[in-house]
Amino acid sequence: MTGYILKRLLSAIPVLFGITVIVFLIMALIPGDPATAILGSYATPENVEKLNRDLGLDKPLVTQYVIWLGNMLTGDFGTSFALNRPVLDEVLERFNATLVLAGTAFVLCSVLGIAAGVISASRQYGFADKAITFSVLIGISIPSFFLGMMMILVFSVNLRWFPVSGMWPIYGDRDLPALISHLTMPALALAVVATGVVARLSRSAMLEVLRQDFIRTARAKGVHERRVIWRHALKVAMVSIIPVLGIQAGFVLSGAVYIEMVFQWPGVGRMLVDAILKRDILLVQGGVVFVAACYVFFNIVVDVLQSLLDPRIKT
Amino acid sequence: MSLTSFTRRSLLAASTALALSIGTFGVAEAQTPPGVLVVGQIAEPKALDPAAVTAVNDFRILMNVYDGLVRYKDGTLEVEPALATAWEISEDGTEYTFTLRDGVKFHDGSDFNADAVVFNFERMLNEDHPYHNTGPFPLSFFFSSVASVEAMDDMTVKFTLSSPYAPFLSNLAYPTGLIVSPAAVEQYGAEFGRHPSGTGPFTFAEWRSNEAVVVEGNPDYWDGAPELQAVIFRPITDANTRTAEMLAGGIDLMVEVPPVALSQFEGETFNVVEQAGPHVWFLILNAKEGPFADKLVRQAANYAVNKEALVNDVLEGTAAVAAGPTPPAFAWAYNDDLSPYTYDPEKAKALLAEAGAEGAEVTFYVTEGGSGMLDPIAMGTAIQADLEAVGFDVKIETYEWNTFLGEVNPGLEGKADMAEMAWMTNDPDTLPFLALRTEAWPDKGGFNSGYYSNPEVDKLLEEARVATDQDKRAELYKEMQTIVQDDAPWVFVANWKQNAVTSDAVENFTLQPSFFLLLDDVVKN
Repeated sequence: MTGYILKRLLSAIPVLFGITVIVFLIMALIPGDPATAILGSYATPENVEKLNRDLGLDKPLVTQYVIWLGNMLTGDFGTSFALNRPVLDEVLERFNATLVLAGTAFVLCSVLGIAAGVISASRQYGFADKAITFSVLIGISIPSFFLGMMMILVFSVNLRWFPVSGMWPIYGDRDLPALISHLTMPALALAVVATGVVARLSRSAMLEVLRQDFIRTARAKGVHERRVIWRHALKVAMVSIIPVLGIQAGFVLSGAVYIEMVFQWPGVGRMLVDAILKRDILLVQGGVVFVAACYVFFNIVVDVLQSLLDPRIKT
Repeated sequence: MSLTSFTRRSLLAASTALALSIGTFGVAEAQTPPGVLVVGQIAEPKALDPAAVTAVNDFRILMNVYDGLVRYKDGTLEVEPALATAWEISEDGTEYTFTLRDGVKFHDGSDFNADAVVFNFERMLNEDHPYHNTGPFPLSFFFSSVASVEAMDDMTVKFTLSSPYAPFLSNLAYPTGLIVSPAAVEQYGAEFGRHPSGTGPFTFAEWRSNEAVVVEGNPDYWDGAPELQAVIFRPITDANTRTAEMLAGGIDLMVEVPPVALSQFEGETFNVVEQAGPHVWFLILNAKEGPFADKLVRQAANYAVNKEALVNDVLEGTAAVAAGPTPPAFAWAYNDDLSPYTYDPEKAKALLAEAGAEGAEVTFYVTEGGSGMLDPIAMGTAIQADLEAVGFDVKIETYEWNTFLGEVNPGLEGKADMAEMAWMTNDPDTLPFLALRTEAWPDKGGFNSGYYSNPEVDKLLEEARVATDQDKRAELYKEMQTIVQDDAPWVFVANWKQNAVTSDAVENFTLQPSFFLLLDDVVKN
């Protein structure tokens, strides 16, 4: 097992290297440069050239790439042009906020999705199944940013139950209730689609398992139905549910971009959107590399977890 | 059935928890207390160092923390004394001697004096200055005509210019000319932008990244202590979310309200404030090649576009129809005799026929957004329809803002016949000088992307730049506007009215034509 984990970790190195090349090239190739973005109306060729020199962007691309990669290997991600602070500070701070949001959404979608799927499967074609299947269809079909905007309109502007945006109150204590009141709406909006997906797949995974012989045996033995479903069947179904959860973890992380824009959550998604619009090259590159590394790591964890659960998967 | 009861119970538990949380948190979300003003900004500031930033968004904070040697008189774009109490300009317009205000201290306790002024300009302009590395200073070219800055005595400073440059005073009133504390720069170095210290009505208190910048009233302000205890600037980049925050009471003052959202703020609980500014929205026409090389066709385009419909319907009244290249906000330099090209499709058709350009094919660059561009896609399509109605054949190409600048600034030749553009400036010199002179063609480093050239206009602009007498300058600018309007190198479309919404708890708030946000007289109940 240790060998397997090591092998997977080593195989991540070329992937990450490839990511640095791609993100660097994309930022170099997209039209518009940071100097123009900073100078705006005053971007005369002369001013742009001077500012590029000040920012170190007048060097050949290969040199820029090597400097960037070399610095990054020593933990120096550079300084953001638009925010005037170290990229790593900004990324870590923002990633924290994203983790809180995406983590909550992930827990919500896993718990609610699996519960809904199991209930659906255990009462196939019953009223509960139809109601859940229908709600799931609606949940999957609503774009999360639209749902977010509607939630703001109803629960913040009209009912004033929750604050519109941000992670912390602008005035007052930064305690857990304050965080929860800011987190509730964005986390729910972010979790809805993923919950639907998890519910659907849990339902079909459960249905497959429930038809198997060992379930019949368990029922024949007189095991309580609740125990049959939640212990015997779900345990086996989890083998096919966990990879879906892995994909959904990636999904809530990327879906957080829209939700962070709508709810002005100070996360990494909003940071990247702002940085791209301002051509804040180092922040985009650093942010993307960081997020990509997290993705890769996540996938490794899921794979390892799955091989632990299912001995049939060769390590 | 056990399963149903399980769900029912959990549902009950969940809804109780929800109800509880609403009860608790609903109350926790209290309004800000009187005396504390929360401002909804459009973005996170880059830095609070006036020499290092370029965005209007950042200027809104800076103007409340710092002072310049001069400032714009309330409600105008004319300069008046601030940190300098008086100044003299030499005959030839190259020497400016300022007498400084006595007894002013920076927020960090250090003294404001002639050495401080010298330090500020040396830091920006002199590459050998020990603190030049606290830049880059992208707008330092505002002062590129400054040859030297000297402290004559403790309270007198002399600027020597390499050649006469009339916009110098108004550039000093611009945020790039704001005076920072040398002691604070020496203490924090490149980190000064996060530890600002000036002489202004508010002192910097706290910067929580991506959340808020907090400034507090300066009780010792030389021009009278501000009414507010504190101002909190919140970055809310999404315009819809900003509107929702305003409606929900999360902010007290919101700038740059989207035109479509204005109707939300009708009624007693909100005040909408408007102010026309030094902004002009226009279409650059390619005068070098294609149909617009002919002046008649350019004039036809000006007659064909229904500017009233654009400002009233597309922009919901948040702009006024522009008559020429200079915005009326520059009251002293604006030619009141100009009246906008009327909306006259018949005349446009007649001019097109006269030029033999019926059915001319036109490539039109449209941007998706960008500073001062208002609602560029909707405006672009409306303009396309107007032009097609009189017989042009218009093809739109749309670009993201930075890409758009990369296409338009190097010139339209070989690519397009027409492009949207907007400028906001602090002096009537800037825009025409950079975008209408022959010497400002893109290959010579200017913004004249449509290759307009009229020697008479060139001469007037060169003369106005070196004339230090304001009346003389005004006369030259007025003449320039008449000629340019007739030559029609652009389609003159709109002058933006900046808007803001305040809650009914906010009093004494006005917007300035400079588009700066000045809060020292504002009261919040």
